[in-house]
Amino acid sequence: MAQATPGRLETRDMLLNIGPAHPAMHGIIRIVAQLDGEQVVDVDVEIGYLHRGFEKMSETVDYNGVIPYTDRLNYVSPLINNMGYCMAVEKLLAISVPERCHYIRVILSEISRITDHLTCVGASAMELGAFTVFLYMIKAREYLWELVEMVTGARLTVSYCRVGGVKGDLPEGFAEQCRKALGETRKVLAESHALLTRNRIFVDRMSGTGTISQEDAISYGITGPFLRATGADYDVRKDCPYSVYDRFEFDVPVGTRGDNYDRYLVRMEEMEQSMRLIEQGLRDIPPGPFQTNPETGLPIPAAEMVDEGKIGNIQAIAGARAVTDPTLDGSAKPQHPNIAADEKRVFLPPKEDTYGNIEGLMQHFKLVMYGHGIRPRKGEVYFPVEGANGELGFYIVSDGADKPYRVRVRPPCFAIMSALPKLLIGDMAADLVPTFGSVNMIGGELDR
Amino acid sequence: MHAEAGFLTSRLEEAIGWARKYSIFQYPFVTACCGMEYMATACSHYDVDRFGAGLPRFSPRQADVLFVVGTISHKIAPVLKRIYDQMAEPKWVVSFGVCTCTGGFYDNYATVMGIDTIMPVDVYIPGCPPRPEYVLDGLLKLQAKIHAEHATGRRPGPEPRPELTP
Amino acid sequence: MNASALIQAVKDRFPAAVKAAHAYRGDATVVLAREFLLEAAGTLKEDPAFQMSYLMDLTAVDFSAFGKKPAHAFFASSGVQLQPSPDIPDPDPWPGPPGPERFAVVYHFFSHRLKHRLRLEVPVDEDDAEVDSLTSLWAGADWLEREVWDMFGIRFRGHPHLRRILMYQEFAGHPLRKDYPVNKRQPLIGPVN
Repeated sequence: MAQATPGRLETRDMLLNIGPAHPAMHGIIRIVAQLDGEQVVDVDVEIGYLHRGFEKMSETVDYNGVIPYTDRLNYVSPLINNMGYCMAVEKLLAISVPERCHYIRVILSEISRITDHLTCVGASAMELGAFTVFLYMIKAREYLWELVEMVTGARLTVSYCRVGGVKGDLPEGFAEQCRKALGETRKVLAESHALLTRNRIFVDRMSGTGTISQEDAISYGITGPFLRATGADYDVRKDCPYSVYDRFEFDVPVGTRGDNYDRYLVRMEEMEQSMRLIEQGLRDIPPGPFQTNPETGLPIPAAEMVDEGKIGNIQAIAGARAVTDPTLDGSAKPQHPNIAADEKRVFLPPKEDTYGNIEGLMQHFKLVMYGHGIRPRKGEVYFPVEGANGELGFYIVSDGADKPYRVRVRPPCFAIMSALPKLLIGDMAADLVPTFGSVNMIGGELDR
Repeated sequence: MHAEAGFLTSRLEEAIGWARKYSIFQYPFVTACCGMEYMATACSHYDVDRFGAGLPRFSPRQADVLFVVGTISHKIAPVLKRIYDQMAEPKWVVSFGVCTCTGGFYDNYATVMGIDTIMPVDVYIPGCPPRPEYVLDGLLKLQAKIHAEHATGRRPGPEPRPELTP
Repeated sequence: MNASALIQAVKDRFPAAVKAAHAYRGDATVVLAREFLLEAAGTLKEDPAFQMSYLMDLTAVDFSAFGKKPAHAFFASSGVQLQPSPDIPDPDPWPGPPGPERFAVVYHFFSHRLKHRLRLEVPVDEDDAEVDSLTSLWAGADWLEREVWDMFGIRFRGHPHLRRILMYQEFAGHPLRKDYPVNKRQPLIGPVN
């Protein structure tokens, strides 16, 4: 403690408590900063305010039941989490999904990645005062969410992937709608570049602040755009490719200085690369039955077919073809081979089979009733995917029952947040805002 | 001020109710995924500003309506209660998203099963997350409630939660 | 190196430490005795053959309820016992939990240069739930170990400040243990609902 003597005043460090309820857009967290005037001397970060027990809940539901919980992990890019979890379980089961399903998952994952980066850059720009950029980016995000809604039925928490496939095929008109949405996103990115990239205020606030070296980043376990801004080029899609990423041609932007400005540039460029991936995906996707002539057969709405089957009127539906709305009812039988692995023990049969013949009914029963369900063999797997913040890994232990024994998600922003003291110490108090914004802390993923 | 006092005072009540409901200063206590839909509602597509509720005030002393957006865990519950206590009357609480209404599907050791166990709630907006149209519908209900409160002079109290016998 | 070469290299380096090893689904996994953990982790990080620059993940598994879930009928009062489907046959089965001990602390390592992964499992007994901390080697181990302490109750020797990270300090118990019921709430304010 400093003593004030006459004629001489001493200062002492101030403890500034930021949060847990604070105006930043990124979620609830508590940062206790020890300030010497404006300089940050020490930082302690307290998390866990959004701990929702994902790992404990996933031990109480079956394998497909974990998927809604995974949506809410990194809730700005839910399809990447879905895909990561489903691919981990598929690795455990040692099954593979059809080509078209891979392409659908990749396209939707990249759309999710774009929405994540839009939210991150938009929110951090708003915190620096660039409110217009936030509004533009949320506008672009709305177009992408409408696209996702067209495919999955929901804007944000989609639960689209299933173990062994996806819920339904892409609807008609998806490719045109997608191209329109990407066109809008490109316009928004061009406007944002014009507003931010050479903006004196933005550059001054973002460059040189929140710097971290490559060695420190690797020591903390940081991956993703945060790591790439420091100069290391680790991207799970390139280095440990999964699904059909090895067939695509895309670049991985790498920064040099590891400060906030580099992270902003890396994220903006990654959005462009994701759009490139989506366009290649739409070009190369194996054709699905909606692009070919539908089979001859009496079309009947799926709900009616189900009702006829329940009252036993099998003759009426024997030769019929169910017509479903892909976002709500799932997928009709002609599309089934394209979206589902050919594994009776894992994926639900199309409704025509469930109500039409005994094998389908048995398959449905075996997957849905208590005590049965998807029952992988005893084992453990770890499967990493490239989440929007870095390597998102799922470690699943199975004991042969219908519910997972242990599901562990390796959250990318956990590592980044543990390095937050390193990023903040030495900078000014006001640099906390752009640094914390560029970390892209998502509470659902950090605290699970 | 009670409404039966006469013609002028009841016109005044109407005017105050009208002014209050169209100038809502909200405190968005955003925690989780519902925050994304809150952002979407507040931004250009589904603009909440045209309802008068577009200015968030990040100090509870300056806010009228507490929007509790996203799951409330037991760790943050005392903080939320303190924020609610700091707000000055008249104040209203909107429970945004099913995690704040009833706890959602997070029935576990960490989650508060509905914030109405710790504070009175005026409007419940269910959904996981609710679409912006539902949010706007909830906002309109809140505005009707604000108007009714001042017009009648009595605050329609929140329904007491039924006691669950163990 | 591929999975089997990695396992062989680890076995050659630490013959006394490796209790078991397998490569189920292509993931190289080594079960290590806990006395050798710090030394092995240091070698994995520094040695040019391994160069495990990343400690990707640090977690634990509680094996006390492994394989013990009974198959129950839809209506317990009906007296009907379900016969669950037989296990899907596996040409190369998993050897099972790493040991008779209750917990296993699981480490995932990744090499940025050589692009290979390794999983280390360290079995830990319930009565003596303590392992060496890796904070001296990787800075990211700090928070990961705090989370394992919070969720499982496994201590880490040498950790600078082991305290709860996801739950609040007043919480009693370790939630991810199998004997902690899912919805046992310990509210700070409000009723126990």
